[in-house]
Amino acid sequence: MAKSIIPIGPYHPLQEEPEFFTLTVDGETVVDIDVSIGYNHRGIEKLSEMKTFDQSTFVIERICGICSTSHPFAYTRAVEDIIPVEVPDRAKYIRTIIGEGERIHSHLLWLGLAGHFLGYNTVYMWVWKLREEILDAMEILSGNRNNYAMFKPGGVRRDINSEDIPPALRKIESIVPTLNKLKKAIIDDPVLHARLKGIGILTKEEALDYCALGPTSRASGVAKDVRKDAPYGAYDQVQWDMIVTENGDVFDKVVVRVLEMFESVKIMKQCLENLPPGEIDLNIKNIPPGEGIGAHEAPRGETFHYVRSDGTNRPARHKVRAPTFMNLPTFKATVIGETISDATIILASIDPCYCCTERMSVMNCRGKKIYSGEDLVRLSQDKTKLIQKKMGLK
Amino acid sequence: MTREEIVKDLKGRFKADIIDFFDKSPKRVYMEIKPESLVRCASYIFKDLRARFNIASGVDTPTHIEILYHFSLEYINLLVTLRIKLERDNPAVDSLAPVFKGANWIEREIHEILGVDFKGHPDMRRLLLPDEWPAGVYPLRRDYTEWDKNAIRDRGV
Repeated sequence: MAKSIIPIGPYHPLQEEPEFFTLTVDGETVVDIDVSIGYNHRGIEKLSEMKTFDQSTFVIERICGICSTSHPFAYTRAVEDIIPVEVPDRAKYIRTIIGEGERIHSHLLWLGLAGHFLGYNTVYMWVWKLREEILDAMEILSGNRNNYAMFKPGGVRRDINSEDIPPALRKIESIVPTLNKLKKAIIDDPVLHARLKGIGILTKEEALDYCALGPTSRASGVAKDVRKDAPYGAYDQVQWDMIVTENGDVFDKVVVRVLEMFESVKIMKQCLENLPPGEIDLNIKNIPPGEGIGAHEAPRGETFHYVRSDGTNRPARHKVRAPTFMNLPTFKATVIGETISDATIILASIDPCYCCTERMSVMNCRGKKIYSGEDLVRLSQDKTKLIQKKMGLK
Repeated sequence: MTREEIVKDLKGRFKADIIDFFDKSPKRVYMEIKPESLVRCASYIFKDLRARFNIASGVDTPTHIEILYHFSLEYINLLVTLRIKLERDNPAVDSLAPVFKGANWIEREIHEILGVDFKGHPDMRRLLLPDEWPAGVYPLRRDYTEWDKNAIRDRGV
C-alpha cells in the first residue's frame, strides 16, 4: 500500500498549543513521525540577558503558564549556586509547598486533557473541578491562582501567614477522597485498560538513550528524580516516596502521575504543619562573576537552568532547558509502529509543554495586520504543497 | 564508586585531554577539555559512568564560543560539566548525537542560534527558527543586530 501523510497542526482542536506533527502512515500504521516546533518562540533566553537578576525571575515565570514555578525555582537555585549560598529554612519550606501545589494542579490538568483525548469527558470535567480546590489553596497561600511570583534569588518574596495555613490544609486534604475515587476509577477501568495498556511503550534503554525525564522516564522503570537524587528545598526533611513503574506504556504514565499526586499532598501537609520560623530572605545585593546550575523536578521532569554572571547586575548567559525538550524526541521510539487512533494519546502522554520547550517573542505589530485571512489560507496551502514536494508525494 | 574515586579516575584517564579541572563544590565539577577529545570523554561519562545527559549550553564570549555539556551522576549526586572552547570563526566540533540520542535536538538548537557546526550529526535541520530566517544570522551571537523582520513578511506572500 502507498504511504500517505497525515499532518496534525500547527493549529488543531485537540492541541492546546501550536506544534506540527507529520505522521507518515502505511494503511493504519504509523511508519514515521516528524515534529516541527518553533511556533511559540519568544526569545526568552535573549530577553533574560537584558534584565537584571531580579527581573529575570518574573520573565521566566512567564515561560510556562501551567508549571510557572518550576522555572523560577531552578533559576533562583542557579543564581544561588553562583555565590554560593543556602537559603533560610523557612524559605526552603515555602518553596517546596508552592512547587508541590503546582505539581498537583499540573497533573490534574493533564489527566483531564488525557481523558478528553480519549473521549472520556467525565474524567475531564471531574478532574478539572477538583483542580479548582488546589488553585484555591494556592490562592490562599500565595495570593495568586497561578504565576505565584513567590521566588527571588536568596529566598521568597512573601511569607505564609500562620492563620492561612488551616484553611489551605483543609482545601488540600479535601481532594484526597476524590483522588482515591479517581484512582480506582482510572486504575480499575477495563475500558481504559483496553485503550491504554501496551501502547506507546518506551523501554528503559530508550528512556536512558533519549535522556527522558520525569514521569515519562519513571514509567519506564528509570528511578531518577531530582528531589531524591540531589535533594534541595525541604525534600530531604519530609517523608515521601518516588513512584516508579516498569512497563513504560501510556497506562503506566497515567498511573505514575495519579500516584504522584498523593505524594505531593503528603509533602505539602508535612511542610505546612512543620513550617520552621525565621527569616525568609537573604537580601542578596551583588552577584559575583561565575557560573551556576540549578535544577528542579517540575511536574514534567527536571527543569535545568545554567546562569553565567560577569559581575554586573545582569546575567551574561541564561540557558533554560525545559523537560519537554528532552521528552519530545521520544516520539520516534513510541509512536512508530502504532495505529493512527493511538497516536494522539501517545503524543499527549508525555504531557508536552511547547511554551517551555521553545522559550521564545511574539512581535507586536501595534494593530498593523500582517496577514489577511486569504493570505493565511494561501500560506497553509503553500506549506502543504511544500511538504508534499519534500516527501515526494502528489 | 565514590565521588573522590570518580574525580581521580577522570583526572587520570583524561590527563592529556584536560586543559583545566575546576572542583567548584561538592556537587559541581567543571572540566575543560580539548574539543577533539569531546566524543571520547562524553562517551566514557555517559556509557561507563552511567551518567544522564542534562543538556548542553552554548555561550558566546569575546574570545571563544564555549559549549558546556552537563552530565548528572545521580548515584553520587554530582554534576560534571565538560567545557570546550571553539574558535569564533567557523566553530566546529564532533557531534554527540550518534553516541546518544538525547544530544540530537540541543545540537540542532546550538547550530542555529550560535552557528556551531556539529560534524557527523544525522539531521541538521532547523529546530526553532522559522524557515525564512536568513542563513548566517545567529541570534545569540554577540555581534547579532536586528535585521529587517519585514523581509519574512514580504517573502512568499
